[in-house]
Amino acid sequence: MKIEGRVWKFGNNIDTDVIIPAPYLVTSDMEELGRHCMEGVDAEFAEKVRSGDIIVAGKNFGCGSSREHAPMAIKGAGISCVIAEGFARIFFRNAFNMGLSIFESPGVFQGIEEGDRISINQDMGEIMDHTNGKRFSASPIPSFMQELVEAGGLMSYILNKRRA
Amino acid sequence: MPQTITEKILAAHTGRETVVPGELINVRIDMALANDITAPIAIDLFEKSRVGSVFDQERIALVPDHFVPNKDVRSAIQVQTMRTFARKYNIKNFFELGEMGIEHVLLPEQGLVLPGDVVIGADSHTCTYGALGAFATGVGSTDIAAAMITGEAWFKVPESIKFIYHGQPGKWVTGKDLILYTIGDIGVDGATYKAMEFTGDAIKNLPLADRMTMANMAIEAGGKNGIISPDETTLDYIKPRAKRPFECYTSDPDALYADVRTYDVSGIEPQVAFPFLPENARNISEVGTVLIDQVVIGSCTNGRIEDLRLAAGILEGRTIDKNMRLIIVPATPTIYRQAMTEGLLEVFLSAKGIVSPPTCGPCLGGFMGILGPGERAVATTNRNFVGRMGHTSSEVYLANPAVAAASAVLGRIGSPEEL
Repeated sequence: MKIEGRVWKFGNNIDTDVIIPAPYLVTSDMEELGRHCMEGVDAEFAEKVRSGDIIVAGKNFGCGSSREHAPMAIKGAGISCVIAEGFARIFFRNAFNMGLSIFESPGVFQGIEEGDRISINQDMGEIMDHTNGKRFSASPIPSFMQELVEAGGLMSYILNKRRA
Repeated sequence: MPQTITEKILAAHTGRETVVPGELINVRIDMALANDITAPIAIDLFEKSRVGSVFDQERIALVPDHFVPNKDVRSAIQVQTMRTFARKYNIKNFFELGEMGIEHVLLPEQGLVLPGDVVIGADSHTCTYGALGAFATGVGSTDIAAAMITGEAWFKVPESIKFIYHGQPGKWVTGKDLILYTIGDIGVDGATYKAMEFTGDAIKNLPLADRMTMANMAIEAGGKNGIISPDETTLDYIKPRAKRPFECYTSDPDALYADVRTYDVSGIEPQVAFPFLPENARNISEVGTVLIDQVVIGSCTNGRIEDLRLAAGILEGRTIDKNMRLIIVPATPTIYRQAMTEGLLEVFLSAKGIVSPPTCGPCLGGFMGILGPGERAVATTNRNFVGRMGHTSSEVYLANPAVAAASAVLGRIGSPEEL
């Protein structure tokens, strides 16, 4: 599978409070959450972002709360995937469980600029910046987590297992 | 094979002798927890699965504490969803207003989490229960939905970092200061994916409330869990509360650690974490002049009776600065009542503070003390991210309850020594 899109860049330690501030945690509606995505760092982000765009960030992306509303808001805003130098563990877990594509790739923060067009070949684990020609590799996903993704998330995975 | 306490608990819950860091394992759960923000998503997923029954009616805890007493119609609907679900499936541990407290203070108080347990919670501060010698970690709503069906959760066995604290802490140095100092040392991602094991004679001498504060903030260093081996202090707390058997584990002396860090606590001052990350910890003597508008004493980090006593000790016979707002949040009804019986509420009100019902509200900028543009607060809470307690230009400074109370009197961040 290949994902292609335009890049929005964020720095280190982007926490779940800025991804989706607490006042909006009174809904589980993905589209509504998406309209407030990243409001804590960029109040206009949800208006600027287009469906299929990609977030590139520094280290410890998604630190803080366990709110699944954070990956939901990112997905709801139309973001196709998040690539970061590193993720905080609950965010990492939630993204796989609820089906937001994320990739860890050292070097992307320095190597990719905002507005660049990039593509990710998921099978090859390869990230290509079509604007500057640079290539990066995504850290391999553990096979169990690959199974989760293929099953369509944790709930489908455990329900499939129960039926088997 | 020598093992850490974390590895031993995880192994016992997979029915095996040993587990190795890096392994992916499926673990039996002793308690699964969700609150009024995270439970509705889990409940929706559970109902969509059409499984029709939960794995164990006594091992699910639903605590509406974040936006309760309900702040608006939408938060009321979220709690209604929990209430309806709890009744439908006969969930024993749903806490209605009046019995409800801040989840991570309430569950230990009610004896619902015990040494040797594996506890998952759809709240990042679930790691608090590690102070009792349990493996406890924050997960998402989907994990809770799955656990309500299977009674299990998947984990990568974490590597452990051992933190050794020794020496005698100074008069105003608490568990909060030790953990802020530690986070300042290793950074907000210094323990990502790892177990943080707190040991040493200073931990042995530390009251349980302080230990809970330390384990509570393991997540602020990225930790998967914080953990302290149970001892007499733990058992004094647990024994009158436990309604089921439990197991005490300790790390083997030759267990393997990813890192070992040693601190002499006698050299640690009260800490203040500056905006906008908990790692920005500074010594109280190096804070400078920071004028503040509000002080919040409460939360799952520092809303226990010991914290309120510490604050009341400072505030007794004093009034807060005239430009100051002081909000005290006892974490549970039991703590609230105890504070009343001990005369602490009288002290707070006489000091011109106000006492809130138990809620997470102000800590996460939900309600009950939102900050306006440019306002600054000293809080005994756990996070000082951008906009955490209100407007994106407001600022939160994290400190212990004694420093918070002293700052309320001084009108600026300051030490109890200055009074």
